[in-house]
Amino acid sequence: MLLLLILFPLAVALLALLLPWYQARSWLLPVSGALHLLMAGVTVAGPGHAPSPWIALDALSSLVLIVTSLLYFGCAVYAVGYLDLRRDRGNKTIVPCLLVFLSAMTLAIAARHLGLLWMAVEATTLASAPLIYYNRNRLSIEATWKYLLLCSVGIALALLGILFIAYAALAGGGMPATLQLDTLLAGATQLSRPWLHAGYVFLLVGFGTKMGLAPLHSWKPDAYGEAPGMVGALLAGGLTSVAFLAILRAVQLMTAAGDGAMARQALLGMGLLSLLIAAIFMVRQPDIKRLLAYSSVEHMGILAIGVGIGGLATFGAMLHLVNNALTKGCLFLSAGNIQRAYDSKRLSKVHGALATLPISGSIFLAGFLAITGSPPFGLFMSEFTILRGIFGSGQTWIGLLMVLLLAMVFIGMGATVLTATQGEPVKLESAYKDNFLLVISPLLFLLLVLLLGVYLPEPLQNALREAAALLEVQL
Amino acid sequence: MLELTNPLLLAVILINFYTLGSARLVACVRVVALQGALLALLPLLSHGFTFHAMVLAAEAFCFKGVVIPWLLLRAIHRVRIRREMEPIVGFVPTLILGVLTTVGAFLFADLLPLAPEHHDGMFVPTALATMFSGFLLLITRRKAITQILGYLMLENGIFIFAVLLSAAMPFMVEAGILLDLLVGVFVMGIVVNQISREFSTLNTERLTALKE
Repeated sequence: MLLLLILFPLAVALLALLLPWYQARSWLLPVSGALHLLMAGVTVAGPGHAPSPWIALDALSSLVLIVTSLLYFGCAVYAVGYLDLRRDRGNKTIVPCLLVFLSAMTLAIAARHLGLLWMAVEATTLASAPLIYYNRNRLSIEATWKYLLLCSVGIALALLGILFIAYAALAGGGMPATLQLDTLLAGATQLSRPWLHAGYVFLLVGFGTKMGLAPLHSWKPDAYGEAPGMVGALLAGGLTSVAFLAILRAVQLMTAAGDGAMARQALLGMGLLSLLIAAIFMVRQPDIKRLLAYSSVEHMGILAIGVGIGGLATFGAMLHLVNNALTKGCLFLSAGNIQRAYDSKRLSKVHGALATLPISGSIFLAGFLAITGSPPFGLFMSEFTILRGIFGSGQTWIGLLMVLLLAMVFIGMGATVLTATQGEPVKLESAYKDNFLLVISPLLFLLLVLLLGVYLPEPLQNALREAAALLEVQL
Repeated sequence: MLELTNPLLLAVILINFYTLGSARLVACVRVVALQGALLALLPLLSHGFTFHAMVLAAEAFCFKGVVIPWLLLRAIHRVRIRREMEPIVGFVPTLILGVLTTVGAFLFADLLPLAPEHHDGMFVPTALATMFSGFLLLITRRKAITQILGYLMLENGIFIFAVLLSAAMPFMVEAGILLDLLVGVFVMGIVVNQISREFSTLNTERLTALKE
């Protein structure tokens, strides 16, 4: 079943290459997205399957799989409306690439072998490069080149980190060199420490580049800014979660070896730095999509801090991962609508969105309230849980610093978003109008985030708890 | 056979120096191709003619020694640049830096807690030195093609280290990693073509419109 989940998007991608009709090709996306979500749900909820050394799901990967699949489905529905607007650009490349991207993400999520995980993450980079280049102008070339080069080099370092971990097994002498995660976890105490630590650092740097933790985030504003809205949503909500999962695998390994504290400290440091850098660059940001990119850096920082603190904060981070993915979906899709309508994403042209585009404008504004953690949205709950974890563990200064930075983000982001949304209606030059396909996904994402803030269903709570438990010391 | 690896790795280091010091793009691509081809021999020399080593060697030879350089040479031909590279840091300083990092790599490798069977070989220091050279190339050069060469050298360095561990890497994964590398360079080559079409240059310093 899991294998089918990885392979069928590839088959559909092949079909998309052959299909001569424009609309049919676009509709392949939501159809395969729905199928993927359905099958992912069945696989996760279904009875435990025979463990395979290559691909299998545990509590962590199940969570990321469902979130990614849900986000993908929403973006795929949006894509039909979006690609209809962009008939000049065509969909012959973007549809197969989106499907390959889905397949690569699923493989990365399910991988139980570090080499396979690396391969899949690199495949996501390659499949997403054409997506960022969709608009085919000078700016998108620049963004694509930076993305491709920085992420490839980053991922190359992650490969080195993976090799170091294999070497740790060899030099430790307790077992043959292996990269199978379960074997490594079982024999973690026999790994040679210096190599394991070096491997962790390289994995953190490598996958951290992909996830966009500061100071390795420099490609992010460019790539998210120039890519179409739905691609931005998939990168900011889906791919970052996948990269985070890859880092969590390394944390798991360090924890199993008894060096969890060190792993967490490194994550905490990078998380705080990300939050700080994002807060600085969000102030007076004149570009709404770059603003969202920095917001993504901020939330990656919060995830890292949550896991870095441990305990209750880890649970909060798991919840935050779900919330962040859905809210980023809502924000990027509605920002994409605004950009289409105004033919710009800069504040010099975008203002009065609330009056000009009532639906997309209000979703964008509400999405802003959600992402900055205002009650009653889900992000309030998760950020609050993380903060409670921080204060509960006695690290008051870190907690205060985080509250301060979150307030700074709220003000900085608020200034830009309010300028974009408030004001007199503008006479639009483009023929853009909100339609059902373009607003339904961001609206549903928003409602889900709202729901998560008000009520956390029991099964989800259990799933989050199990995922968090995987990252704790097991006795 | 193992003693044969030392001259081979020495040649790899000399190629690093040549690439760092040379101004001719086509020549640089050719020597990096040679480096890839030499590295393809490495699994055979260190593990003997096992099936696994032979397949890995054949793959590495095809991708690193033939297909990727061919793609790059075609890209150079198509955008008609044979001109000298215009480094951000001059050739002589990068060469000196390259030599220094190589010496550093050898000193550093002595301090590493290596498994007993790897203490004498040159694998680890060469891997480190090649990765550093790749990094230098990435940082100090402006042409997109040279940056791809830097990336390739970085991957070559990692490959040397990976040969030590080929037991941990099943077939499928090795094949997948090399395939990823190939597709990566292919996609980069396409982007290079687009850069030259839009900007009529391959200097990445023109790519500065996106900033705060």
